[in-house]
Amino acid sequence: MESVFGLVGKDFAIVAADTSAVHSILVHKTNEDKIMLLDSHKLMGASGETGDRAQFTEYIQKNVALYQFRNGIPLTTAAAANYTRGELATALRKNPYQVNIILAGYDKEIGPSIYYIDYIASCHKLDKAAFGYGSYFALAMMDRHYRRDMTIEEAIELVDKCIIEIRSRLVVAPPNFIIKIVDKDGAREYAWRQSIKDSPVPAA
Amino acid sequence: MSRRYDSRTTIFSPEGRLYQVEYAMEAIGNAGSAIGILAKDGVVLVGEKKVTSKLLQTSASTEKMYKVDDHVACAVAGIMSDANILINTARVQAQRYTYAYQEPMPVEQLVQSLCDTKQGYTQYGGLRPFGVSFLFAGWDKNYGFQLYMSDPSGNYSGWKAAAIGANNQAAQSMLKQDYKDEITREEAVQLALKVLSKTMDSTSLTSEKLELAEVFLTNGKVKYQVCSPEILSKLLLKSGVTQPAAEAS
Repeated sequence: MESVFGLVGKDFAIVAADTSAVHSILVHKTNEDKIMLLDSHKLMGASGETGDRAQFTEYIQKNVALYQFRNGIPLTTAAAANYTRGELATALRKNPYQVNIILAGYDKEIGPSIYYIDYIASCHKLDKAAFGYGSYFALAMMDRHYRRDMTIEEAIELVDKCIIEIRSRLVVAPPNFIIKIVDKDGAREYAWRQSIKDSPVPAA
Repeated sequence: MSRRYDSRTTIFSPEGRLYQVEYAMEAIGNAGSAIGILAKDGVVLVGEKKVTSKLLQTSASTEKMYKVDDHVACAVAGIMSDANILINTARVQAQRYTYAYQEPMPVEQLVQSLCDTKQGYTQYGGLRPFGVSFLFAGWDKNYGFQLYMSDPSGNYSGWKAAAIGANNQAAQSMLKQDYKDEITREEAVQLALKVLSKTMDSTSLTSEKLELAEVFLTNGKVKYQVCSPEILSKLLLKSGVTQPAAEAS
């Protein structure tokens, strides 16, 4: 089942997510990217109902882009987080989106930051955050091993610890994960952790 | 001949002009003037209050300077009733932005949103354009201190020093001559008072006829400060634009 988590390091932030698209007991695919690049320096990891997740994150991404076109300056991570929260809050009393979001970003003056935003529209600035069934294990691992001044290598090691824990302890563990990083040089894909490959099955 | 194109705000004359918009700008040319100067450590706004009658109760607060948000203030020249509407929309816009993003609205965006409203009245039929020019002074984290001027057509632009209202061209050319980069806020106040004293119709400058407001930073926070009449009187004496009371009579 779903696992999205993230943490803030010394001068970067990491978001990791499982890559399984499931419906009921059926796995549709195992290479679904659930971490969207909002703009050059923002990552949006999302868990929740597949359709809502795709719709909502793209809606936010396009609005963040529109803001940048209109005003010539990008939104700060804090502004984007509060905007996202606001959209979820207005949707909440109409037809809520079932999405939980971990928003990571890097701002010149502020540095890296992570925001925890859930579908009932709460928003918290945190150093480490997690959603989904995997969160029980990821949070436990991060509580034990996390430090605010971690280097990228140390942080990746911790992310791998979390992934291993989820894979070995969670009954319905997802096989594959994706890891993305944002720092002063921008947001980018860092690595995949795959235990099975989606390959076309030959016809019988 | 041009009468035909006078009455409608939204129709071009054959020479390609919008008369109502030009008339609105004309109306501002008679209003009390205001000067804004961008200094390296703040922005200074000075306005001339037109005292129409000595029976008129001058308001205790400012009548030409308005705080729009914690980090933006504006000076007005033109029809005050029109200005009040626009200032209200500007304040609403600023709060809406803060509500959406939990951050102060960038100054230029605020100016632009207000100018969008102004522009609308030069294009949609049956309405009169706003007879107001503004000077906006503000600070934001992206571009620091800023000064903008806007007119009834909805045009706006950023300035180092600008003047609106009566005699604005004379004031503008004086500013052009005397403005220097890296000017401090104190010097900017002196300069603004000097320019206003020369461009105003009345012979002697007194604190009743003037308003002075400043936007600057104090320990990392933006502050909007209106100068009290007492301090303003002292400033006027210091800058030598007004004579001591005995001599004036």
